[in-house]
Amino acid sequence: MLSIHNLHASIDEKKILKGINLEIKPGEVHAIMGPNGSGKSTLASVLAGREDYTVTDGSVTFAGKDLFELSPEERAGEGLFLAFQYPVEIPGLSTTNFIKTAVNEVRKYRGEEALDAVAFLKLMKEKMAMVNIDQSLLSRSLNEGFSGGEKKRNEVFQMAMLNPKLAILDETDSGLDIDAIRIVANGVNKLRNKDNAVLVVTHYQRLLDYIVPDVIHILYNGRIVKSGPKELALELEERGYDFIKEQFKAEA
Amino acid sequence: MNNELSAIEKTVLSDYKYGFVTEIEADEAPPGLNEDTIRFISAKKNEPEWMLEWRLKAYNHWLKMQEPNWANIKYDPINYQSIKYYSAPKQKKKVNSLDEIDPELRKTFEKLGISLDEQKRLSGVAIDAVIDSVSIGTTFKEQLAELDIIFCSISEAIQEHPELVKKYIGSVVPITDNFFSALNAAVFSDGSFCYIPKGVRCPMELSTYFRINAEGTGQFERTLLIADEGSYVSYLEGCTAPIRDENQLHAAVVELIAHENAEIKYSTVQNWYPGDKDGKGGIYNFVTKRGICQGAHSKISWTQVETGSSITWKYPSVILKGDYSVGEFYSVAVTNNHQQADTGTKMMHLGKHTRSRIVSKGISAGVSQNSYRGLVHVGKNAANARNFSQCDSLLLGDKCGAHTFPYIEVKNNSAVVEHEATTSKIGEDQIFYCNQRGIDTETAVALIINGFAKEVMNQLPMEFAVEAQKLLAISLEGSVG
Ligand SMILES: Nc1ncnc2c1ncn2[C@@H]1O[C@H](COP(=O)(O)OP(=O)(O)O)[C@@H](O)[C@H]1O
Ligand SMILES: [Mg+2]
Repeated sequence: MLSIHNLHASIDEKKILKGINLEIKPGEVHAIMGPNGSGKSTLASVLAGREDYTVTDGSVTFAGKDLFELSPEERAGEGLFLAFQYPVEIPGLSTTNFIKTAVNEVRKYRGEEALDAVAFLKLMKEKMAMVNIDQSLLSRSLNEGFSGGEKKRNEVFQMAMLNPKLAILDETDSGLDIDAIRIVANGVNKLRNKDNAVLVVTHYQRLLDYIVPDVIHILYNGRIVKSGPKELALELEERGYDFIKEQFKAEA
Repeated sequence: MNNELSAIEKTVLSDYKYGFVTEIEADEAPPGLNEDTIRFISAKKNEPEWMLEWRLKAYNHWLKMQEPNWANIKYDPINYQSIKYYSAPKQKKKVNSLDEIDPELRKTFEKLGISLDEQKRLSGVAIDAVIDSVSIGTTFKEQLAELDIIFCSISEAIQEHPELVKKYIGSVVPITDNFFSALNAAVFSDGSFCYIPKGVRCPMELSTYFRINAEGTGQFERTLLIADEGSYVSYLEGCTAPIRDENQLHAAVVELIAHENAEIKYSTVQNWYPGDKDGKGGIYNFVTKRGICQGAHSKISWTQVETGSSITWKYPSVILKGDYSVGEFYSVAVTNNHQQADTGTKMMHLGKHTRSRIVSKGISAGVSQNSYRGLVHVGKNAANARNFSQCDSLLLGDKCGAHTFPYIEVKNNSAVVEHEATTSKIGEDQIFYCNQRGIDTETAVALIINGFAKEVMNQLPMEFAVEAQKLLAISLEGSVG
C-alpha cells in the first residue's frame, strides 16, 4: 500500500530525512519511534504533502500511485490521513461543518455523490459512538479552546469519518492521560481492518500497549536504524534512547 | 517567516461575474453639472416646486464645499463636469405593472439572479429594482398596501406622498452635511422610499436592487425609510455594475427614522465592480448612511457585507436620541487587489441608557488597504450609555494593509465604552490542515473567512446569508494558492 524508497528531504537546506525505506501492506500496523528531533513529524508531513519540505531524493508510491505527483488534497482523496501532532484552530468554523466539507470533498474526488444532511448525520452518529466523542464538541469552532485530549479525539473522529486507507498518527498520545490514551486507541482499533493500515508515530511505548504494532521502526537522525517486532518497544523502554544514540552516533 | 505565506501572496484577478452590459437605449442628460442639469432632472421627474428648490439650495451649498480628504484612501481628482447625472433606460411606453417591463431589462435582472416575476420571487421578499437613475418597478405592492405599508421609488413618493417626503427628507442627513451628500441632494435621480405605519410588523423582507448600467454616468440614489411607532422592518439592498475601465461615481444617501419602540434592520450586500487586478476601473462608492433612533426604546441595526467598489467611503451611523434606544453596526469589508475601503460607523449617544454595539471584520488581500474608522460619542446627557466595539482584521499575504481608527468622545462619566481589536493572518498551517482533509485551497480560504466573518453573517436575513457567503469567497478567489 505504501512503499517508501530511499527518501531524502530537507527544509531550508537542512537535511532531515536521509534515506528512509519502508514498506507497509494492507492490514498492517507499523510504529515509528525515536528521540525528539529525529524526523518523525517530518516524515509524516512529507507524506501528507506539506510544502515547506523539499524532497531531494527517493520515491514513494501509495495505492499504486506516485505520491509526489499528487497535491495534499488529492492524497487525502486517495485515502491518506494524518492525525496532526498539533491540530490547528479555525475560529468561527464549526467542527461539524468542517468535517462535512471534508467528507464531501473526498467523496467528490472519488466520484461519489455528496452526502445529504440526513445521511451525513447518520454517519456522524455512528462514528461518534465509535470514538466516544461528544456532540457538543462538534458544534464548537474547530479545535478552538479544545483541551489537548479533545483535539486528539477530534483527530481520531475525523479519521473515523474519512475512513482512510492509511492513517498516520503523529504523537496522538502526547499530552494525554492514560484514560484518554485508551479511548483514542480503542477508537483506532475499531477502525482497523484487513484493507487499511496504520502508521503510529510515537515517542513512548505506552500507546503501543493499546495499539499493537506488527513492526516497530526506530528512527534516528533521519534514518531507520532498527526494525523489529513489538518487543523492540519494551527494550527501548528499558534502555532508553541513549543506547540507540550510542550505537549509531558514528554513522550519523 | 518569509516562506510562510509565499503561497498566499500570488494574487490574480478574480472574475467579476456581474460585469455584463445591457444594450438598452437610454434617456440621458448631457455630461456636466450646473443649475440647468438640476432643472432638467427635476423636470424629467415632474417634481413639485419645493423639491426643485431644495435641490438648488443643496447645489449652491455644494459649490462652496471642499471634497473631504481625511479618509485613508487615494484617488485621482474627480471631474464633476464629465459625469452624466441622469440616465434612464428608455421604456417603450409607461408601464403599469411589472409584467410590461422591457424584456431586455427583465433579462438583466434575471442574469443577476433576481426575478421580478412575483410568483418566482423568493418567498417573502419584496423588491424595488433601480437601474442607472430610475426605479423600474416594485414587486408585491398590493400585498404591502393592504397593511398600509408604502414601498415605492422615491420619485413616486414625491408625487404620491409629498407630505411624508417633505417632512423627513434631509432630516437625518441635512443637505449641508458633507460634500457627497450635498451633491446627492442636488442631483439624486431615484431610490427607494418606505413607510411602515404605527404598530405594523412588515411581513416580508423589503429589498432594493441597484444596478449601474450606462457608461459615464454617476449614480446618486436616495433612500428614505421611516418606521413609525412600534413598527418593524427588515430591509436589504444589493448592488452591482458592469466592468468598465473608467471609474464611476456612486454617491448615495440613506436616511432611517425609527420612532418610539420601532425597529429597523438595514442590510447591505455591496458588490459594485471593484476594478481589475491592476486597479483600473471600478466604482467610487462614497455613501452617507445615517439613522436616527428618534423615540424611546427604538432600535436601528446596520449590517453590511462590502466586497465591491474600487474605493469605499462609508460610515453607516446611528443617532441614539430616544432614551433606551439601541444602535448596532455589523460589518464585513473585503478588499482585494488594489481596492481601498475606509468604512466604519458613528454611534452618537444622546439619550439616557442608550446602547450600541459595533462588530467590524476587515479582510484584506492583494495590495489592498482596509481601514475601520469609528466614532463613539457620548453626550453630556447620555447617562448610563454603553458601547462595545470589536474590530478584527484578517490579512491574506503581507502586501495588504489593515488599519483601525477608533475615536471615542465621552462627555458623561457614567458611560462605559469598551473597545477590542485583533489582527491575524490566514496561516499556511490552517490551509494545510484543510488540504490534508481533502479540501482544496480555495475552499479552505472560503471556510476560514466565513468563520472569521460569522458573527456578522449571522445578522443577515436568511434568504441572503448564503449568497453573501458565496460572494465573500468569490471576491477573494485567486488571492491564495
Ligand atoms: N520548519 C522547520 N524549520 C527548521 N527546522 C525544522 C523545521 N521542522 C523541523 N525541523 C527540524 O527537523 C528535525 C526533525 O524534526 P521533527 O520531524 O519535528 O522531529 P520529531 O517529530 O521526530 O521530534 C529537528 O532537528 C527540527 O528542529
Ligand atoms: Mg514530532
